[in-house]
Amino acid sequence: MRDGRTYRIKRRAKGFIIYIFLSIIALTCIFPLVWMFSSSLKTQSTIFSNMSIIPDQPQWKNYYIAWTKGGFGIYFLNSLFYTAVVVFGIVIVSSWAAYSFSRLKFPGSILAFNMFLAAMMIPLPGSFVPLYVLVNNIRKVLMVFLNNSNPFLLKFLSQASVDQLFAFTEQQLYPRVAYIFCMINVGLSLSIYILKTFFDKMPSELEDAARIDGCSKLGIWWNVALPLSRPAIAVIVIFNTLNVWNEYILAQLILSEKSTMPLQRGLMVFQGVYVTQYPLLMAGLTMTVIPILIVYLILQKYIIKGMTAGAVVG
Amino acid sequence: MNWLKPGKKKIKINPAMTDKIPETAVLKRKMKIARAKSYLENFSFAFPAILIFSVFYIYPFLKVFQLSVCSWNGIDAFSFGKFYTGFTNFKEILRDGIWWRSMWHAAYITIIALTLQNALALALALACDKEIKARNFYRVIFFIPPVLSEVVVGLIWQWIYDGNYGLLNYALNNFGLSNLIHNWLSDPNTALTCVAIVHSWKGFGWGFIILLAGLQTIPRQLYEAAKVDGASSWQIFRNVTIPLMIPVFVLVSILTILGSMQVFILIYTMTGGGPGYHTEVPVTRILASMVASSRFGYACAEGIIFGLVLLVLSFTQKKISERVKQV
Amino acid sequence: MDRPNFRPSRFANRNQSNKQASAPRFHSPTQNMVFLSRLKIYTVCFIFSLVCLSFFSCAQQNSSYNISKANPRAKKITIWHWMTDREEIFQELARKYEALTGIRVVFELYAPSDAYSQKVRAAAQAETLPDIYGILADKRDFASFIKAGHAANLSQEMAKDNGAWSNSFFSKAIAVNEFLPDNKFGVTPGIYGVPIDVMNIQMLYNKSLFKKAGLDPNKPPQTWEEFLQAGRKLKQAGIQGLVSGWGETWMIDCFISNYAFNIMGEQKVFATIRGEVPYTDLDWVKVFGLFKQLADEGMLASGIVTMINKNAEQNFANERAAFAFNGSWCVNVYEGMNPGLEYGAMFPPSVSSKYPMMIWGGAGSSFIVNDRSQNKDEAVKFLKWLTADAQQIYLSRGTNNLPANKNCISSIPDILSEFAKKMNQTTHPNVWPVQEFPAVIERMDKGVQSIIIGEKTPEELSREIQSIKENELAKARKKEN
Repeated sequence: MRDGRTYRIKRRAKGFIIYIFLSIIALTCIFPLVWMFSSSLKTQSTIFSNMSIIPDQPQWKNYYIAWTKGGFGIYFLNSLFYTAVVVFGIVIVSSWAAYSFSRLKFPGSILAFNMFLAAMMIPLPGSFVPLYVLVNNIRKVLMVFLNNSNPFLLKFLSQASVDQLFAFTEQQLYPRVAYIFCMINVGLSLSIYILKTFFDKMPSELEDAARIDGCSKLGIWWNVALPLSRPAIAVIVIFNTLNVWNEYILAQLILSEKSTMPLQRGLMVFQGVYVTQYPLLMAGLTMTVIPILIVYLILQKYIIKGMTAGAVVG
Repeated sequence: MNWLKPGKKKIKINPAMTDKIPETAVLKRKMKIARAKSYLENFSFAFPAILIFSVFYIYPFLKVFQLSVCSWNGIDAFSFGKFYTGFTNFKEILRDGIWWRSMWHAAYITIIALTLQNALALALALACDKEIKARNFYRVIFFIPPVLSEVVVGLIWQWIYDGNYGLLNYALNNFGLSNLIHNWLSDPNTALTCVAIVHSWKGFGWGFIILLAGLQTIPRQLYEAAKVDGASSWQIFRNVTIPLMIPVFVLVSILTILGSMQVFILIYTMTGGGPGYHTEVPVTRILASMVASSRFGYACAEGIIFGLVLLVLSFTQKKISERVKQV
Repeated sequence: MDRPNFRPSRFANRNQSNKQASAPRFHSPTQNMVFLSRLKIYTVCFIFSLVCLSFFSCAQQNSSYNISKANPRAKKITIWHWMTDREEIFQELARKYEALTGIRVVFELYAPSDAYSQKVRAAAQAETLPDIYGILADKRDFASFIKAGHAANLSQEMAKDNGAWSNSFFSKAIAVNEFLPDNKFGVTPGIYGVPIDVMNIQMLYNKSLFKKAGLDPNKPPQTWEEFLQAGRKLKQAGIQGLVSGWGETWMIDCFISNYAFNIMGEQKVFATIRGEVPYTDLDWVKVFGLFKQLADEGMLASGIVTMINKNAEQNFANERAAFAFNGSWCVNVYEGMNPGLEYGAMFPPSVSSKYPMMIWGGAGSSFIVNDRSQNKDEAVKFLKWLTADAQQIYLSRGTNNLPANKNCISSIPDILSEFAKKMNQTTHPNVWPVQEFPAVIERMDKGVQSIIIGEKTPEELSREIQSIKENELAKARKKEN
């Protein structure tokens, strides 16, 4: 009897300590978020002088001002667009590659994989100049090609709409596509590495079974490998979403027109060289953090749901 | 012997099967073609990634390598013949004491991150892997720091470390440790550690979710079986969890190394590399060479040396853990 | 890699041991189908939203094409700059100009300044710089831009009508953009940039904290001795002395330059940079010693060595320090953070009366006309309009910065005109005939941080800087040969 009681007490105490520990860490994580939110409701003069978490007069209009002044409307859409396309692209391309490196051998596959791994580690500080020149040269070639196809296009379209098409391609379509490819490249190595780690851990019985049932390699990738690696895919989706959402250096390098810029450009309006408008910045930051948290909220379930799938793994 | 069942074409072209099948000249040639076809099909999976990679990484990399043997300021119209200086940049870096000091600082931050951050991440992941109340809640909360902007993190932690009005000093004062009170970020003895702690705090969420994803893939039955056999929770952890988690540990530690060695935005917002050179890290040095001193070639050379060091570190780490796994 | 095909027994074993777990999930085709169909739905939704989005962005784009459609021959001037906080004001000016002339002016702003400066350098390589742009660079890099053919020589435009355009600016603002005959960089003499605003760096003091410490709020210290005395009094009252963004090393650089000019005079500073006077000279030790004095007296705000300027401004605006060493833009910052702050501007207290104190100042930012641009004339016309009185006043009011056009200082706030009055006593490395090596400057600024935290003595620092200097001089000589 006594043993049972001490055991229970011990267990309780252990559980209690775990909760205390978790709660302390959780508190340090929540505090900045709360501070950011409460700061977004203050004014420039009270933000650092009045440290209370609940502002006296919440300035809800900060959100409106930040949205309009930062021009968030178009930036928001752009960021959604880039994030969706880039993350989608990374998931497809990297899971193909990772699957191939993990399961489908070909001469040089180990070398190729190690190259991706190495790329992940070597940062290229000076690469923006060659990258810019490269993107610009491709643009030039593309425009020459378009101009050559001008007579052909004129058969279907009027001169004005052809001009418009060219301008659209040069100023909108091409920079966006180039940026998307650059960003896919940025996330590729890491995603391949994460996915390969998980694919390697997966037993190949299911794949063999699928192969026996006459499934093609692509079919196995789609029907077996992808569903099995859902936790890993959730991880890379979260990782890359955050990465693309917060990216601005490459965006400013490759995109020129304001109308193609992502969200971070809007935040820059509040962080001038001399003046930072803290409340508006905090309002903007709060607005940019929310979509990321939503994505995480949705995807973290998959990390956990992997449980059932993961039962096979191990 | 499932794979010998008739009518399964895919099985036949599996290259690994070839030596199991009777060899005749005709068949051999057929096999060769089939194998080539299979390789081509396998390669086509990796092809998009390799293509994007070649255009957007390998090409700039070669260019950067070219620039690293030049003394170029980043503005003059570039011509290789005019600016070529051989390996003088590399030679200079080898003698650049501040560069190697910055390297050591990054290593120090990495060591703290590897131990402190990953221990924290693992502890939290283990706790959240258990059937505890509100674990979904914690799971979301622990991911907040990585999502937060560096601006907010910098502001908050500067306020915590502040010499006069800081939270840390306030707490120390209340606990009667007033002799420890000082400005944490401008004291050369504590600056780097303080930055490393902030970095670990900001980064542990990543380790947490990856480790959690890994833990979730461990079959519950293994735990139950071990429990039935009367193993203590430490024994279960030692003999079930750790062996199965090694690949994930390797993944997390490589990510930690990469993340910590390349930290710089936090340093920019918190100390600017100061006081003196006490919190300089390689990336801040590279940017200083590139932007402040306009030594583009030198910056590229620094980047390459830095990358090589990272490469050696990560691959050794990977090799060692593979060894450990086999033992 | 394990290939279970070759190990049927193991395959069977494994399958058995995992049967329990795998059976309910993956051996049932229906569940798999459910997952797949869900994936398909997601994919369809995703593609649909993509189409919607791209359609939307096209629609957005079309609206901006309307302008060019309405006026197909309309010319367009593109301008790149890094000050994103001026976006609204720039856009408004662009609108005004278009209404006036029918020429579209597009401001593309990129921030932060590091990213901007990378973009400009990359675009210079690809020769895709816009019609007008700004650079963040020292004079040596500016010269490289000119020599690579990216900057138009505006001397002729400036000199038209007896120099009407150039005379409208503060002389220092023009000097920053000017290359004199026989300059060291080998650039054709001329003016290559148009200043749009100016700035200088002075000291500020808090009047109410002065009163609290028993100091006269209308008599700020004028000499170094008075400054130290005021510091002692403030310390007694428990008030911090000087705050400044010395974590950003260039603010230290300004402070050094101020006192170097004051202690040894312009000629000796230039001689040091040329390498004729060593940094171990006693005057230089004295300059570095000032920092030690400030630190020893406890006059520096806590954490000053790692403080970025925006935090320093926060501290001063919230009355946590009595003095600030800051630039003219601070007026705008303090206004926002604490509108009731009672403060005044003061000239940095001088150490010696032998040479005049020269404070750091000049053009805040300048516009450069791209020499390769096809709209060069239009660009120059626009810049002339932008720097005319009315637009300068508008810009100055909107941004609370000093206008580059000296004719309009009468219509700016009082405290700003305090700053403006001192524009004649400014100096800037970009107007000096000589240029210090970046490596030396870096070591000097970082070294001063070390002095403040008590790691180095001024003598040690001067020796260290001198050895770096000799090193760099040797390298430069080698390059010339």
